Amino acid sequence: MNKRTTQTLAENISKQVEHFSKKEVECLIREFNVLMAEQNNSGRAVHGLDRGKFISTLHSIFGLTDDRMTGRVFRTFDKDNDSVVSMKEWIDGLSVFLRGTLDEKIKYCFTVYDLNGDNAISREEMLHMLKGRLIRQPNEEDPDEGIKDLVEIILKKMDYDHDGKLSFEDFEKAVKDENLLLEAFGTCLPDFRVICNEKLLSSLNFPIKNSQSYSLLFLFFQRIEMFEGRVFQEQMEQ
Amino acid sequence: MGISLTRAAQWTMVSSSTAKLVSTPMNESLLKEILHFVEHFRSQYPQEAEHVFEEPLQWSTTLVASDFKTDYDISDSDVQSHERDSEGHPLLQLSPPTVYVRSFSQLSKLLHLAHDKKLAEVRACLEGKFESNLHPKQSNHQHSSITHRLNLFVLLVTLYSHPIMLNPKAVKNEVEILQVFCGGGDKGLLKSLRYTSDFEFSNGYRAPLWRQVQGDICYLVIEPCDTETLHITCSTAGIFLNGGIKQEGEENGYEQTSDTYEDLVTLLKSRSPHFAEKINQVEDLIVCLIKKSEAGLLYFRKTSAGALPGEPFSESSTESEEEEEQPYRHPETNTDLPSEYWQIQKLVKYLKDGDQIVTVHTLCAMMDFNLMQESCQMAIQDTGALKVLLNLLDTDEHKCEIGSLKILRTISHNSQIRRVIVDMRGVQSIVKILDSPVKELKALAAETIANVAKFRRARRNVRLYGGINKLVSLLDCLPNLASLTPSQEEDIEVACCGALALWSCSRSTKNKKAIRKAGGIPLLGRLLKSPLQKMLIPVVGTLQECASEESYRTDIQTLGMIKDLVRNLSSDNDELQMHCASAIFKCAEDKQTRDLVRKYKGLQPLVSLLHKADNKQLLAAATGAIWKCSISQENVTKFQEYKALEILVSLLTDQPEEVLVNVVGALGEFAQIPANKAAIREFGGIKPLVKLLTSPNQALLVNVTKAVGACATNKDNMVIIDQLDGIRLVWSLLKNPSADVQSSAAWALCACTENAEDAGETARSLIGGFQLIVKLLSSTNNEVLASICAAICKIAKDEENLAILTDFGVVPSLAKLTNTTDDRLRHHLADAIAQCCMWGSNRASFGEAGAVAPLVRYLKSKEGSVQRSTAMALYQLSRNPNNCITMHEKEVVQPLIHMMGSDDEELQEAAAGCVRSIRLLYMANRNAELFTFRN
Repeated sequence: MNKRTTQTLAENISKQVEHFSKKEVECLIREFNVLMAEQNNSGRAVHGLDRGKFISTLHSIFGLTDDRMTGRVFRTFDKDNDSVVSMKEWIDGLSVFLRGTLDEKIKYCFTVYDLNGDNAISREEMLHMLKGRLIRQPNEEDPDEGIKDLVEIILKKMDYDHDGKLSFEDFEKAVKDENLLLEAFGTCLPDFRVICNEKLLSSLNFPIKNSQSYSLLFLFFQRIEMFEGRVFQEQMEQ
Repeated sequence: MGISLTRAAQWTMVSSSTAKLVSTPMNESLLKEILHFVEHFRSQYPQEAEHVFEEPLQWSTTLVASDFKTDYDISDSDVQSHERDSEGHPLLQLSPPTVYVRSFSQLSKLLHLAHDKKLAEVRACLEGKFESNLHPKQSNHQHSSITHRLNLFVLLVTLYSHPIMLNPKAVKNEVEILQVFCGGGDKGLLKSLRYTSDFEFSNGYRAPLWRQVQGDICYLVIEPCDTETLHITCSTAGIFLNGGIKQEGEENGYEQTSDTYEDLVTLLKSRSPHFAEKINQVEDLIVCLIKKSEAGLLYFRKTSAGALPGEPFSESSTESEEEEEQPYRHPETNTDLPSEYWQIQKLVKYLKDGDQIVTVHTLCAMMDFNLMQESCQMAIQDTGALKVLLNLLDTDEHKCEIGSLKILRTISHNSQIRRVIVDMRGVQSIVKILDSPVKELKALAAETIANVAKFRRARRNVRLYGGINKLVSLLDCLPNLASLTPSQEEDIEVACCGALALWSCSRSTKNKKAIRKAGGIPLLGRLLKSPLQKMLIPVVGTLQECASEESYRTDIQTLGMIKDLVRNLSSDNDELQMHCASAIFKCAEDKQTRDLVRKYKGLQPLVSLLHKADNKQLLAAATGAIWKCSISQENVTKFQEYKALEILVSLLTDQPEEVLVNVVGALGEFAQIPANKAAIREFGGIKPLVKLLTSPNQALLVNVTKAVGACATNKDNMVIIDQLDGIRLVWSLLKNPSADVQSSAAWALCACTENAEDAGETARSLIGGFQLIVKLLSSTNNEVLASICAAICKIAKDEENLAILTDFGVVPSLAKLTNTTDDRLRHHLADAIAQCCMWGSNRASFGEAGAVAPLVRYLKSKEGSVQRSTAMALYQLSRNPNNCITMHEKEVVQPLIHMMGSDDEELQEAAAGCVRSIRLLYMANRNAELFTFRN
């Protein structure tokens, strides 16, 4: 894809997507193209990242390693259910991933956790997502007894309308009340543990909108830098 | 106990590898200690004592079936305990001569039955065949490598009785890691670090054998980049500086010359500022490395939580509102525990077993309990949740950290929990979080510190782990921008919490210094401009706490904070007003500050605070500020405009002492202006003032006597004081043990004596009064002496009184004081001497007592008042010929002639009179000589 098409594309997309400037969208498009190139398409023409490539990207760039969750993240990114994440979906998704407001993140997380898409997180879904997260005590007969009990504790806290499942409203209210509950049933947002330097970021002229995401931006930026470095080198060689 | 035991054990380990325990005194005492430990194990650690060993301890016992009583099945010579394990095996079994014991509880019971054979049993038990390892709770930690039963006991004893035990491995690790960072000029942590000995014993020790007995592991010589070479001893009890051991085999220098530190890094931090600075940059890395290699050690430290024994306290400050350290109160067990207790207990189980997601849920569920309630706090402590919460702080999972801190900040309102947090080394972990990039975490950590640092040891820990610097750096934000980005708002929130924490920490003098050193004052000054009350309260709180230090007062003034303090006096928040007034109270010792308060129109708000008579703390602070401000007369004039005096007088009754002290202090200053003296009387202030002379509070008495003294210079006031028996009350205060009260009372006495109608009569009516005054001339306090001299001067104006004073030996007592160099004392002393010359042969007595020669020296003083009083005294003394001779010998004439040229008439006259006396004597002498010659 040449530079001009990238630019026009970026211009179009940046109008539709929140949180990203045109220049940033450009970077993201390039990154997407790199990932596409790395993907083994075995001759087939595909218009997006397939499940395997996407999950490995989540793993390597964003530090998401929970298999139960990465699959769901793919499904959430892939809005049109065509088993690939297209460029538009990629940028849309990242907008929430990197810059999302709390409301957007609540929506995103809820979608990830709502396994069957019925707009509610049921007991069974919770059980499935929490299974194995508790070390089993040898004297307990039912290995999931602890988890079942925990699910009841969670429902007691989060199920405001007492219908035995978490509706979106329940979830939203609970998270707004206590932000820690955002990723209640599994890590599905990028990890912020990487130590980052706010000054470095601002010197790179990358506007920081959300304090939470800057460590990730840092990582992300590194990749973009690396990418740009690579492109630059190629030009020199030509 | 732990230390001595291990030290000894290190020896017995070597010597007792054979089956028999050598009978040495050391081993005997070791046996006794083990016996004592085992005997009391059951009562001290009931849970652990019930734990069943996998393999029994077995040995040949001297006990027989008849020794056993109830609780045992006895058949013939065999004995089995009633107590059985889950599979039905008895926990104690005797088939003579061998006994099998399978729990500490049984072992302890058996020893109890053995009576006088206890020691022999312990010995036999230790020597008995060792089948396999014990399997108590800590089974997963290195027990498998320990094969000797003795070691095992020692380990258990140490584990349970002594939380810090350095071992050679830990020291070696730390040294190795530090060595990596040595050299490289200023960039390195240290110039060099080496052992004194290259030889390492097989047990990992490097100290000579005879020192190993004392617990010494090795000696280090460390050259820091910025200070002199440090000679360090690493011993099992901790790390400390020694007298300078340079190489192996030295005989001297083993004595401890510093506090004991728990690791090398802490010691170096306290000794080398360069190291402290650099280490902060690499600390995480190092700590991380040490932790990894020493996971076991750390585990032991954390599990065997308890106060660090023998921890030295370097702090000597007297601190306000100090919590008492109370022993841990065990909650009464099983008496109607509320349901919350059991619910929390269940949650704690999930907390321990769950992964990050489960942990977050558990923490959130815990937050839903009313954590301010004591039963919940106790449940958290008793179920071991506190330890888990603190461990979560070291996980780097920021969600878990946030959840944990949210709970900790609430439960740390409980003083007992605060103590346990400190004992479990929680302060270290919390301080470390202050470096987190997540602002919410920083704020929570600072808030928790604010709660925990309510007692001295906690505050000290915050400082030692570098918390002060980190907290100060949290203050760096822009507090008064018109519009804020979310990030800036977060910064402000963080700064608020940082200020709260510093406020708590600033109660310790060393922390005050540390805050200053970390550059905290300008930052606090900047935050003082903030419009937010929640920010201002901790900031002003910290400032007023620190203003007890002179350096802070100077900075507060020069950095322009007085203006902001004055501005906030008019805030609508009582607490903020109180702290501002209190800060002004402390700072207004300085004249410039007092002027600034006036300049910024702070006097009126201070007076209006007096109307809030219900809030005693506020009232105390406001009256204090008024007192100190009124030291400047211009301020008093201003205060008068706001009718301060009337209100102050009305506050003389029914107020707590801390208010009274300040009110009376202010009145004392107000009464320096003559018009106010009458005003105080008109408002009815004299009576309550005189009444306060009977208070037991020394600070109050100092101020009351001063105020009474100031009022007494008004004749009408004096009449009232006299009627109320004020002179006697003031006089009796000379008996007060405090020097301040004594001198203040003596000054008041001067004023009273001078102005009362029949003061001489009153004085004589006081039995023992004159004796008391003369006795006080042997005080060591110059201020007391000066005031008493002044009082004597006034009292002695009455001839009869002077006669009595002379009888009580006032002359030699005064003469004894003449060698002083204190000008203030010289002035009043000379006055007193001049006055006392007026009676009988006192002039001659002063001469005999050697008072003349030193007085002549006073003439050299630069102080006008001293010169004048001295000239008068000399004039009086010169009327005795012998004194004239002494004066002349001491070359008095020249300075006196010089003084005759002074502008001060009295001085002129006195000097001239004195010279005249000398001259007359000379003339008389000459005439006499001529007369003799002629004849």
